[in-house]
Amino acid sequence: MHGWLLLLPAAVLLVTFTHYPTVATLYHSFFSTSKPGRPTAWIGLDNYRNMVEDPVFWQVLANNLWYALATIPLSIALAILMAVWVNGKIPGRGLLRLSFFTPTVLPMIAVANIWLFFYTPGYGLLEQVTGLFGLPSHNWLGSRNTALGCLVIVTVWKEAGFFMIFYLAALQSISPHLTEAASLMGAGRWYFFRRVTFPLLMPTTLFVLVNAVINSFRLVDHIVVMTKGGPDNTTALLLYYIYDVGFKFWDSGYAAALTLVLLVILAAFAMGQFLFLDRRVHYQ
Amino acid sequence: MSVTRIARVTAVFLVVFLAGGAMPAAAQAPVELTFYYPVAVGGPVTKIIDGLAADFQKENPGIKVKPIYAGTYQETIVKVLTALKSGEPPQMSVLLSTDMFTLIDEDAIIPFDEAATSAEDKAWMKSFFPAFMLNSQTGGKTWGIPFQRSTIVLYWNKEAFKEAGLDPNRPPASWAEQAEYARKLTRRDASGNVTQWGLKVPSSGFPYWLFQGFTTQNDVLLMNPAGTETYYDKPAVIEALQYWVDLSQKHKVMPTGIIEWGTTPKDFFERQTAMMWTTTGNLTNVKNNAKFDFGVAMLPAGKRRGSPTGGGNFHIFKKSTPAQQVASLKFIKWISSPARAAQWGIDTGYVAVRPDAWETPVMKQYVAGFPAAAVARDQLQYAVAELSTHDNQRVTKALNDGLQAALTAAKTPEQAMKDAQREAERILRPYRR
Repeated sequence: MHGWLLLLPAAVLLVTFTHYPTVATLYHSFFSTSKPGRPTAWIGLDNYRNMVEDPVFWQVLANNLWYALATIPLSIALAILMAVWVNGKIPGRGLLRLSFFTPTVLPMIAVANIWLFFYTPGYGLLEQVTGLFGLPSHNWLGSRNTALGCLVIVTVWKEAGFFMIFYLAALQSISPHLTEAASLMGAGRWYFFRRVTFPLLMPTTLFVLVNAVINSFRLVDHIVVMTKGGPDNTTALLLYYIYDVGFKFWDSGYAAALTLVLLVILAAFAMGQFLFLDRRVHYQ
Repeated sequence: MSVTRIARVTAVFLVVFLAGGAMPAAAQAPVELTFYYPVAVGGPVTKIIDGLAADFQKENPGIKVKPIYAGTYQETIVKVLTALKSGEPPQMSVLLSTDMFTLIDEDAIIPFDEAATSAEDKAWMKSFFPAFMLNSQTGGKTWGIPFQRSTIVLYWNKEAFKEAGLDPNRPPASWAEQAEYARKLTRRDASGNVTQWGLKVPSSGFPYWLFQGFTTQNDVLLMNPAGTETYYDKPAVIEALQYWVDLSQKHKVMPTGIIEWGTTPKDFFERQTAMMWTTTGNLTNVKNNAKFDFGVAMLPAGKRRGSPTGGGNFHIFKKSTPAQQVASLKFIKWISSPARAAQWGIDTGYVAVRPDAWETPVMKQYVAGFPAAAVARDQLQYAVAELSTHDNQRVTKALNDGLQAALTAAKTPEQAMKDAQREAERILRPYRR
């Protein structure tokens, strides 16, 4: 009894904000959206059937997978690199740490507006640099083949600093004895990193990986500012499309079905990570 | 006395009693009006609206207007519709005129004809520019009153014209001239890289609006007034898109790919482009930031001149008490009076929405000092309704995707417009009952 009471506050929050919405979403995804003269009705799997036939859905799904495949490894690798660097004894370490972390603190909408001008053809920062090398001007956000890549860079820049903080904390908890022992044994820096540091960072990597996967499906603020999913849906991600369907087209039934797909994808990733990777992670 | 008789008498009694009880209360307590409004640019405009609401309250002590700044147009309609679904919509809101069908389909608003019944009210509803009423009326009823409205105009850099050997005071008047001028204005450095484009027509976000400039000039409409049909794949529409695509891909006077709406004015200030198409709402911005002599002109003519209108209308919501609806109407009439419409146009750069606003002394003086302000008004006679149908945003997205596919050379204009039309057909079929 006592135990249940202690559990109650957390349970109430979980049910109200996690479990109930999930079940409600599932329920609503089996109904049509009410239209003038046609009240909402049970349509079974029709929303899902529409989804299979919806070319935009497949495109945003593919976009999102490419986006995840690019942002996750890049931001994690960069985070480790930065963490190892600012963990060493170098002058101006505090300032360096701060500047790596700054992107995390800045609001995404403001940041996206600045990046919009970085990518502007002609006089944008990027064009000024490429112009120095005599490269021709390129419409970075306006071309099908570079637009998504531009968004990936913004995300990596935004995320890497955040992940760096976790790696930095993990690095500082690694005992200095190990470093001393390794140098006595004559291990090189790369060998030491590969065989000692990196395995010890694995719990952090797992945590960061889970976060990175979630973020790659969750971060859409910059799309609203920078491309609005264009040109021709090449930068639309799943969550952005759900917003479009739910709050621009007001097709709540279809939006519920799409949301459920997002949920299943994320749940599958999280399960896979915890069940499969967890066994291979070495906890101290 | 029969039972029904007793019931009837009691009913009459009750009505008299309730009405008698309710009336004085209504007269005493002020009528409260919640008013959602979007502003494309924040800051000073929010202050103007708050000031107007305060002035109105001073003149009408019985009414309390609570303006709520609700973000962009898109954010505002999201807030309005979610508030409606939770049962507490605002009494009034300024929303995109193109959302009219959505609001009707959601059974959210009342036609002004229901509230404005006196002869004076009827005359007031006829006092606006007819071009602005095209997006405000359907099925013989008026659902919106124009407030912050705009059209597309051409801005040109007079210095660049001089450098290219063109008459700085003569903007292009036809499609052929536009392409020809743009060719002369496009400058390349020794290695062939463009340093100044001839023309930029933005194509991010809502390319359909600018595309409507081209289609109107090619003398073709994109939809029927009932909002149940689209004509994306008509030959004249495809022809209009071909002209737009040709500007970058054939004439090479406009950058290829998608041109960002938000940075186009800056491109103009930075002399990246010698001419641009953008909203009249940018007039004040250009006036303050262009460091060269510039001109504002109507869009060049194809078979005819033309531009869509744009911007926001006032709407009155259904779920309000009759007293609130009367008070809302009073506020909207007050804020759209000629003097206030004129001042609002001068402060923001939107087109003052009624002809008599342009006859006020303050507006006459403003136009005399800054003739560019009148270009949008003069273009109104050629203006058509902005693309608006049932399930508007989805039908519009079909067109936007097609336009962007053609502009990024992923599809031919013909293919892109056929695909867009097929998608629009699929969405609109249920509305043609």
